[in-house]
Amino acid sequence: MLDKIIDTGKKSTRDGFGAGLAALGKTHPEVVALCADLIGSLKMQDFIDAHPERFFQVGIAEANMMGIAAGLATAGKIPFTGTFANFSTGRVYDQIRQSIAYSHKNVKVCASHAGLTLGEDGATHQILEDMGMMKMLPGFTVINPCDYNQTKAATIAIADHHGPVYLRFGRPGWPNFTAADQKFEIGKALLLNEGTDVSIFATGHMVWRAVEAAKQLADEGISVELINIHTIKPLDEEAILASVSKTKCAVSAEEHQRNGGLGDSIAQVLTQHLPSPLEYVAVNDSFGESGKATALLDKYGLGVSDIIAAAKKAISRK
Amino acid sequence: MADIQKLKRVASQVRRDIIRQTHYCASGHPGGSLGCTDFFTALYFEIMDHDPTFNMDAKNEDVFFLSNGHISPVWYSILAHSGYFPVEELATFRNIDSRLQGHPATHEGLPGVRVASGSLGQGPSVAIGVALAKKLNNDDKLVYALVGDGELQEGQIWEAAMFAAHHKVDNLILTVDWNGQQIDGPNDEVITLGDLPAKWKSFGWEVMHLDNGNDIEAVVNVLNAAKAKTGNGKPIVLLMKTEMGYGVDFMQGTHKWHGKAPNAEQTENALSQLEETLGDYPYPYQG
Ligand SMILES: Cc1ncc(C[n+]2csc(CCOP(=O)(O)OP(=O)(O)O)c2C)c(N)n1
Ligand SMILES: [Mg+2]
Repeated sequence: MLDKIIDTGKKSTRDGFGAGLAALGKTHPEVVALCADLIGSLKMQDFIDAHPERFFQVGIAEANMMGIAAGLATAGKIPFTGTFANFSTGRVYDQIRQSIAYSHKNVKVCASHAGLTLGEDGATHQILEDMGMMKMLPGFTVINPCDYNQTKAATIAIADHHGPVYLRFGRPGWPNFTAADQKFEIGKALLLNEGTDVSIFATGHMVWRAVEAAKQLADEGISVELINIHTIKPLDEEAILASVSKTKCAVSAEEHQRNGGLGDSIAQVLTQHLPSPLEYVAVNDSFGESGKATALLDKYGLGVSDIIAAAKKAISRK
Repeated sequence: MADIQKLKRVASQVRRDIIRQTHYCASGHPGGSLGCTDFFTALYFEIMDHDPTFNMDAKNEDVFFLSNGHISPVWYSILAHSGYFPVEELATFRNIDSRLQGHPATHEGLPGVRVASGSLGQGPSVAIGVALAKKLNNDDKLVYALVGDGELQEGQIWEAAMFAAHHKVDNLILTVDWNGQQIDGPNDEVITLGDLPAKWKSFGWEVMHLDNGNDIEAVVNVLNAAKAKTGNGKPIVLLMKTEMGYGVDFMQGTHKWHGKAPNAEQTENALSQLEETLGDYPYPYQG
């Protein structure tokens, strides 16, 4: 199965969001979009050109944007807000918490430039805590797709899900390898490769790095079960338990802080139902910095070699 | 008396540094940096009483905060030429393992930076805090800060404005880079700023104007006038008109160069318009 996972060319996940939003414009008249002075970065122009009356530029005022989105949702619209991940979460956490999450508003918080791969802008913009914050909000769905095709499909799917969603994507061109015609099922983990020695649960940009790691491990005779966890919440506990009951150990891989990320969610499931060794590939309690996307992933412990080392360590702990 | 010719020579080199920094790492924000070069040059080379040996607590010296942190290239060049760190280090801008982060940070210990900025709207509040501390310390030096005009759309700016007037923070001079532009276009197409002078006045601030923030002599004069107005019970705001991209013809007056780096050809063209006065630093960094 690993041989069938092929990079069809680099495209950014934010471009996938833009394409998904444009598609929704045609099919879902209730979808409206808001942006805080980052139309180009969020790839929202196609939607705006086609439906100028359904787009609201709010300027550099993210807190206001979340409140307006809550209002639009109250009156039956399906608002998609667009700004960088940092300004979609930490900047406006209480606005989201009170006006959207606690009030059960059908708002889609769409967040680009998440994580280290934002690159040169540096740590002020590289949020690595967002999935943790958002998954803690009761009732929120948290989605972190892995490539262009999947982000496009996820964008379309969340419009039909009633409830608040955090959709996280990124800046750089990244291998596009999932099917163009996929149907995105919220909360359903995707098996990319069957294996027996170790389960690797990866999310977002790290899925491609996990594919590369799995290929190298296969060359060394280690059989990896690779699972794409595009939905952080609700977590596909069944898929995780089924896999680990077979492999008896696991690795989590995410472009996020280790505290509060996907790994912690998996650890909760395992400690409750199936205590097993788990190794984290995540940023370990530090801020990022300016630099090129891939060099930063390598420096902060998110390299292919880090996944390989974690897999071997997990296996050795069985 | 200010040596205007000297200031102009510094400004020309700083503009070259902005072009070269952003070109070399192929990212960063030249537009606002070029527009604010004359302001920074006047502030650091004429107006402020500051100490490049750098003490975080800034006791008994004037202190500056950059709230619109994306224009770090101009600040870094100014800090380097003022002696805060070696000019050669500008070659590391936005590279991995550099102290010159994309947006100003204290985390790597870059001398001259006292708080991180880049997430917009937060600088005036921090500047107010330092101004309050100076008053508590009986320190009569001043606090300066710069914000973008688009940045004024953030609500926190107006929370800070209300606070500073209420608490009579009159040792603060806040300048607005009124270039009329932001990322998605002119301010007035994004979210109109309305009658800015009237807004600040109604918030209880002493409002000053500068029609041409790219005339360095005028900048020096207005900042001196602002200084003379401190200590009168009101915070001071300077509404300073600038032109984004000033000094490089093809970058001037448009939002298109807000956050775009020049390629090799554009860099050559830009540098041909800016005299090398203090010497270009070398690439790559040999540190
Ligand atoms: C809180 C926050 N929201 C959005 C951004 C992204 N952003 C960076 S600069 C900028 C435009 C700033 O406009 P202005 O203050 O006028 O600066 P200028 O473009 O004139 O340099 C935006 C939206 C940010 N850095 N921080
Ligand atoms: Mg501006």
